[in-house]
Amino acid sequence: MRLFACIAGLLLLVSHAAAIDADKAFEDPALQARYEKIISEVRCLKCQNQTIKDSNAFLADDLRREIRRMLEEGKTDAEVFDFLVVRYGEFALYRPRMSGKTLVLWLAPVVFIGFGAFIAFRVVRRRMSLPVDDAAESIDESQA
Amino acid sequence: MTRYVVPIVVFLIMIAVFMIGLNKDPTILPSPYIGKSAPAFDLPRLEDPARRVSNADFGGQVVLVNVWATWCVGCRQEHGFLLELASSGTVPIYGLNWRDRREDAQQWLLQLGDPYVASGYDGDGTAGIDWGVYGAPETFLISADGTVIYKYLGPLNRQVWDQEFVPRLSAQAGDPT
Repeated sequence: MRLFACIAGLLLLVSHAAAIDADKAFEDPALQARYEKIISEVRCLKCQNQTIKDSNAFLADDLRREIRRMLEEGKTDAEVFDFLVVRYGEFALYRPRMSGKTLVLWLAPVVFIGFGAFIAFRVVRRRMSLPVDDAAESIDESQA
Repeated sequence: MTRYVVPIVVFLIMIAVFMIGLNKDPTILPSPYIGKSAPAFDLPRLEDPARRVSNADFGGQVVLVNVWATWCVGCRQEHGFLLELASSGTVPIYGLNWRDRREDAQQWLLQLGDPYVASGYDGDGTAGIDWGVYGAPETFLISADGTVIYKYLGPLNRQVWDQEFVPRLSAQAGDPT
């Protein structure tokens, strides 16, 4: 029981620590959900491996404030992302949009998987065309 | 033969790519404004909130816009060089006092000297965002027609100036577009 209380206490601390954004929630829950989605996809440029949702750097604070302001003005998500890309480049977004500059980024995984599959295919084909030795052949026949 | 050569060559290319990648500083991000017109700069002046300083003040000259703050260690390091540069009259320097306390910033300029033609006061960082600032000090080189030519991240000094700014400045002087 005591252990349970300890764990529960620790979990409470964790949930508290995760709430970096101390600002008041939007009154409209849909708007709040959009806001949270956006800030979890924007990189904090000062602390590059954190989103601005997770960072308490003051730059993250400023960016959250700007995003909040834009959402209150009724801007769309795309307009908010545009605003950030114009100022900080595609690097500011955790999911950079597909464009000439980011094409390599998006296509590289497909190209690498394709290349790997091609190599695997060739290796398998070559092995299949090798003369099968007697022992293997006898097994094949027994199974057929 | 190719059986061994191809994987070795591929391996060496990968090593080369990773070596280059590892030696790059990931904290230095290129400014998306390079080659585009400078973002709007219209702020109350640091020393006198009633007056403003804006892009219009650049007056068709090549200028530096230096982002600084009193909490920024690099800014203190480069301050001596900025004073030297200002007194040499090479290029006018405009300050963007970013995320600072006005009294602290005024005090700083009184104590250490003021290299700036004028400093804009950006207490809440809005202008900083417009300029894509993510860490002070940052220095933008703006051409006579208001295009961002170059952005340097980190404290300026004589060596950086000679290497990065002087060639770009002389290109500007030779090509008055």
